[in-house]
Amino acid sequence: MKVFDIRKDGLEAIRNHEREEITITGCLGERYIGCGMKDGILHVTGTPGNALASYLDGGTVLVDGNAQDAAADTMNSGLLAVKGSAGDALAYGMRGGRVYVLGDAGYRAGVHMKAYEDKKSILVIGGRAGSFLGEYLAGGIVIVLGLGYERKNITGYFCGNGMYAGTIYLRTEKEPLNLSDKLIKRIVSDEEKERVIRPIVTDFASVFSIPAERCLEGSFMAIEADKSKSYSQLYAAV
Amino acid sequence: MKKEGEIRISSGCAISGIFCRDGKRITGEAIKKSIAVMHNRSNGLGGGFAAYGIYPQYKDYFALHIFYDSQNAREETERFLDKRFDIINLSKIPVRQTPKISDAPLIWRYFITPLPHILQDSQLDEDEYTSRSAIRINDSITGAYVVSCGKDMGVFKAVGYPEDVADFYRIEEYEGYSWTAHGRYPTNTPGWWAGSHPFSLLDLTVVHNGEISSYDANRRAVEMYGYSCNLLTDTEVITYILDYLTRKQGLTLKECSQVIAAPFWSTISIKDEEERNRLSYMRKMFSSFLITGPFSILVGFRGGMMALNDRLKLRSLVAAEKGNTVYFSSEEAAIRVVEENPDRIWAPRGGEAVIVTLDEEAER
Amino acid sequence: MRRYRIRKDESCINCLRCTRECSFGAITAGDDKTPVFHHEKCTDCQRCVSFCSTGALWITEDENRFRQNTVFKEDDIKEILLQSETGGVLLSSMGASGRNVPIYFDKMLLNASQVTNPSIDPLREPMETAVFIGQRPEKIQRGSDGKIEDNLPPHLELRTPIMFSAMSYGAISLNVHKALAAAAEKLGTYWNTGEGGLHESLYPFKKNTIVQVASGRFGVHETYLNTAAAIEIKIGQGAKPGIGGHLTGRKIIGDVSKTRMVPEGLDAISPAPHHDIYSIEDLAQLVMSIKEATHYQKPVIVKVAAVHNIAPIASGIARSGADIISIDGYRGGTGAAPKRIRDNVGIPIELAIASVDQRLREERIRDRVSIIASGGIRNSSDAVKAIALGADAVSIGTAALCALGCHICASCHTGRCAWGLATQDPELTKRLDPEKGAERLINLVNAWTREIKEIMGGMGINSIEALRGNRMALRGVDLNEKELEILGIRYAGE
Repeated sequence: MKVFDIRKDGLEAIRNHEREEITITGCLGERYIGCGMKDGILHVTGTPGNALASYLDGGTVLVDGNAQDAAADTMNSGLLAVKGSAGDALAYGMRGGRVYVLGDAGYRAGVHMKAYEDKKSILVIGGRAGSFLGEYLAGGIVIVLGLGYERKNITGYFCGNGMYAGTIYLRTEKEPLNLSDKLIKRIVSDEEKERVIRPIVTDFASVFSIPAERCLEGSFMAIEADKSKSYSQLYAAV
Repeated sequence: MKKEGEIRISSGCAISGIFCRDGKRITGEAIKKSIAVMHNRSNGLGGGFAAYGIYPQYKDYFALHIFYDSQNAREETERFLDKRFDIINLSKIPVRQTPKISDAPLIWRYFITPLPHILQDSQLDEDEYTSRSAIRINDSITGAYVVSCGKDMGVFKAVGYPEDVADFYRIEEYEGYSWTAHGRYPTNTPGWWAGSHPFSLLDLTVVHNGEISSYDANRRAVEMYGYSCNLLTDTEVITYILDYLTRKQGLTLKECSQVIAAPFWSTISIKDEEERNRLSYMRKMFSSFLITGPFSILVGFRGGMMALNDRLKLRSLVAAEKGNTVYFSSEEAAIRVVEENPDRIWAPRGGEAVIVTLDEEAER
Repeated sequence: MRRYRIRKDESCINCLRCTRECSFGAITAGDDKTPVFHHEKCTDCQRCVSFCSTGALWITEDENRFRQNTVFKEDDIKEILLQSETGGVLLSSMGASGRNVPIYFDKMLLNASQVTNPSIDPLREPMETAVFIGQRPEKIQRGSDGKIEDNLPPHLELRTPIMFSAMSYGAISLNVHKALAAAAEKLGTYWNTGEGGLHESLYPFKKNTIVQVASGRFGVHETYLNTAAAIEIKIGQGAKPGIGGHLTGRKIIGDVSKTRMVPEGLDAISPAPHHDIYSIEDLAQLVMSIKEATHYQKPVIVKVAAVHNIAPIASGIARSGADIISIDGYRGGTGAAPKRIRDNVGIPIELAIASVDQRLREERIRDRVSIIASGGIRNSSDAVKAIALGADAVSIGTAALCALGCHICASCHTGRCAWGLATQDPELTKRLDPEKGAERLINLVNAWTREIKEIMGGMGINSIEALRGNRMALRGVDLNEKELEILGIRYAGE
């Protein structure tokens, strides 16, 4: 596997080896790493900067440490896996593919993620998420495992505010703080857990080489939009 | 083109802070390195630093950093100071010529203390007396601008990228226990040095990232209490609000954070009764000082530093600890560059202030 | 005097519904069982048009016109004719119709966020419109344990910055009061009794009721004062600053008489001034006596009309111990006022808010009191602009009546309101179902509140207090330097 130093070789190195498996080292806030990458596997060490793996389009980006803000912005397909934590606005407007964060995510993770035809975006957060998780969610699946936060709140305030499609799964029995009355919450059945959550979490666990069973322990809660409360009734045409 | 203050200029930014709880004094090199990592959050139109603990030999005197446009302005200011203060020491602030920083004003430093009999006649405490004098210079002496006026601290700022500003002021030659830095990205600027940040009043300095939407409501409220917002910048109004709430109302900084980044009513409603009543009181009592819109700020004060995000956390802010040193920055990388392996690194929640003070302060 | 013509087309089926709806006698049934129009009696209240089952009716301005003259307009001449005939003071109702007085709300434009800070979607993100109004102490106070003590005097809590203006029982019907009270309760805001007392059936709405004490002191007693969330001392109103009130004996019947505590059939006169207030220190005395009577449990509001020196007046009120100043502008409505007064006295509310807010700030007492603005608030953007100029909240009277059917025919003073609002005729008052009326008021205020949130969201403001006095949110168009100066705003493009 080829190894490049981001400060010496720059983003050029990634572009020139897009179909290969390479490692870049020494990252310290460099932006746009893996932006729009279509193919290949990119290992990242250090602290990559904002807009990491934005528009990711099929490639795989594996980050050893933490990611900063706006990672996986408008990502289309592929895999972003972050071993540490992610900053704010993770996976904003994501259209497809998988984003796995083993640690925590900041504010506004998964805002306006989507699903369309065969594209379905999947975001899994191993630790806890900040406020406004999955705000305006338009499709896809968000899973927060709360590993290490058992019996604590694993989301912040305003979880799922304004979401109108998709599902947020939380591995907790605690209802999120000040949940909007336009959302419904339900306990996930064993059948749904096996069918929907297990395959995703198993994949998540294998990417980080951790035991899947630990991530599946206990019950999950699902948050979805209450379809009976649409917003169109708020308008009157002049 | 209109000068800052005649027109409101919005700007984005980068901020960084380093604080040594044990009072260890470190040079300005680390903070320069940290802010430089975020070069592309600035655009070369403003950078600056605030440092605390840098003048131990003069720690009982107010340290004035002043920009002058002309020798006339300097002479007039010095006459003004001479009548009101005992000037212990005065000198040009040493700078290093660099092609990246141009159009520098005359930059002077004074260590002063109020003349006792005039102070007594004024019936003010020495902080109020000095802050009024500084505001008076800014308001009434053309071409003079007081950059900072606290004790054992100073602000170094200019038009340029922050790392170039650091070189210009030779900040590696200063040693302080607390440093903040700012790189500015204004939407337009007339290139006026005083418009750069940090902004300060007495010991209070503020660096800020974001643009607040409550600006004029806050400005008009704080101007009621004798402040005059000449620069029309967010940083200026935030500084004055904090000065008013701490010095005139006697709030703690944590209480201030619950005023300016007050929790939503819906959040307050799920707190326990005592906390609910307290937070409701603060919102009702100081409703004019609620700040909306994005901001992350680092507030330097004598013996401490506060980091605070707006209640929606619309700007990024990362904190870290290593031993006795605490780091804050707009980006994690700016911390990693000076401390590769912190003991703990975290993102403070929106509206939840992180306040650090010197260990000796805590003991007091 | 004929101003309108009633028209119909061939789709009329002679059902005569219009004859039953018209309360002004402008449409009657002829011998041939077809409607007969008496155009001179028509007020253009639109009742008949609204209820015409086939859509056959419409009202037009009378085509006949006087010879045009640039100085003496047709209305001027008609009024001369009327007065030379009757020798009477011209009486009218609703708000001012001064021809050349600008509506400043229409000359101010609002801001929105682009790039440098984010706008907010109010439907999906937290957006706070709750307002607390009342007095604030100058300083916080700490107990011996160092904790901050609650030293705030009582406040009114509004879920939305829109209240209902004072309209008295007598001027309007009990059903209107019922609708206002029920709506205020549901909306988490306040309605105001006006000066005619509070009907006993409305006592349960105490928490959302503001009771008024005016110069006539109708229906004012200890229970009345304590059956309220706040007490308003009415000094004046925008439609008729400096003028008292006169409810004719014809309207003092039944429960109106009982509620006002004046004998049936006797005129109810509100003196022009409060005869116990001839100076500002007297106001302080009245404010404090009301506080004493209500055990300092309720905020006291002082309502004044926006007149030329409103700024120092407001400052005096702020120092009188009052908690809230309510300012009613030039365009404020009324049930009856001399037309010359209505159209020529006072100043527009926009200028009044701006100068009062600025003056109180200069005197460093703006945080001590709250300001309610009223007088021609037509929609949510007017409300937003009023708040950005410096008001804490607005109150609506005319707009609330419109929600209940009023089409502003300005005939309240006749007591023949065809919509059953400004009348005591039981045949007419039953036209308003209080429950349905409340629902319409709730819809209106909810819709405005949503719009306010939408506007705030666009500006990146998520709490109404950050909008109050935020004049950078406004820019002027078609205004001169002086107007910009008084409004404290910049010109568009600046």
